[in-house]
Amino acid sequence: MSYASCVMRLVWKDVVVELRRKELVYASVFFAGVVLLVFAFSFLGGERPTLDVAAGVLWVTVALTGTLGIGRAFEREREGDTWRALLLSPLPRTALYVGKLVSLCMLMSLVVSVSAFGVGLLFGAPLADHAGQVALLLLLGVVGFSAIASLFAASLGRSRSRDLLLPLIVYPLVVPVLIAGARGTAGLLMGEDPALPAFWTRFLFVFDLIFVTLGLWTFEPLAASEG
Amino acid sequence: MTPAVVAEGVYQAYGRQPALRGVSLSLAAGEATALLGPNGAGKSTLLRILSTLERASRGTVTWSGRDADAATRASIGLVAHESLCYADLSARENLTFFGSLYGVVDPAARAAQLLQRVALEAAADRPARTYSRGMLQRLALARALVHAPRLLLLDEPLTGLDRQGTQLVVDLLLEEKARGTSLLVVSHELPAIAPLCDRVLVLARGRIVKDEPLTAGSDLARIYDEALPS
Repeated sequence: MSYASCVMRLVWKDVVVELRRKELVYASVFFAGVVLLVFAFSFLGGERPTLDVAAGVLWVTVALTGTLGIGRAFEREREGDTWRALLLSPLPRTALYVGKLVSLCMLMSLVVSVSAFGVGLLFGAPLADHAGQVALLLLLGVVGFSAIASLFAASLGRSRSRDLLLPLIVYPLVVPVLIAGARGTAGLLMGEDPALPAFWTRFLFVFDLIFVTLGLWTFEPLAASEG
Repeated sequence: MTPAVVAEGVYQAYGRQPALRGVSLSLAAGEATALLGPNGAGKSTLLRILSTLERASRGTVTWSGRDADAATRASIGLVAHESLCYADLSARENLTFFGSLYGVVDPAARAAQLLQRVALEAAADRPARTYSRGMLQRLALARALVHAPRLLLLDEPLTGLDRQGTQLVVDLLLEEKARGTSLLVVSHELPAIAPLCDRVLVLARGRIVKDEPLTAGSDLARIYDEALPS
């Protein structure tokens, strides 16, 4: 079986399981909605929040919902010890990483789309005017976030305090993603010099490249130690 | 013929607590070995090491003369405490999925064959979450056999099975043994696994304290009691 087929089989399995459970999508979308509403109500009565605040709210929502979804996605693999079943198979270990990365990117993209719609609605942010560029920034941010979170969610394995450790490890590492995403999105919304969003987009691309490569490189020993 | 697996001086510790202290064993092709021992003796740890899921702190393990790699993993089947199956997929989907991961040529046909063999045909398209403990155990065995492994490691394979289910599993394991598969069976159901096994290993406090061939009249319980007098 080719490497791509291995990855596709793993993604297919994650999609089918999620379509049956709908747990991750519903929980993440609901949580994103609550976070956005809390932010929106916190600005009630005062001056309308500036567009860079709206961009920040969008990326904070991405970070919070991402951690929730990714932690739960790996928890699901521990039910029935299916993660071990995958580690037992002859698949290249990196295919497990790429498969999980693709599945999580798909999940997060869906949640981020809903969050972006919510930010547009509640904060009056003209995201639709820059739909393509905002989507590219969000996609790159989702890939960077998932690359880091997947790696550590897999490697935390059976640690009893993994629910606590995952955000503690992941958030400091994804700070550059959040800053780049928020600054790039704010630049687009506020009509700043087009070179600025382009810079942050390139920054995110390089960040993704580094962390996906690092993930592919370190996943095998990390995952094997959790077998 | 090269043994299915050879372990030499395997030592494993978790923190300061040793789980295995210099275990050496060799399993021949087509040989079924019972691995007995009290709780905490290190049986499950040994199975995890022999299945490639864990690496021993010290000592070496080779599978058909090879180190742990993808080809090695493709030759091993494991029945563990958990089913290693997705609760939201049906038995058919689980077997087809794992069959495809192992590169089985026609995973759907292999899944159908195994479902019939473990008597899960009628429930084949129900999610595994709706299965009883015994049905899950039969599904776990089918999953372990989906790629026709040369080495089958079984950790309490008879848990949750009724008499009919126990007989079905024992018959299936006898077929696998006749096919040349090496079996290592951890079980406390001594009378049930006795007809299956050619040899018994007793593990206590991380060491093999008895390694004895079994004959038709051998009494596993007596061998176990002799090895571990209370």
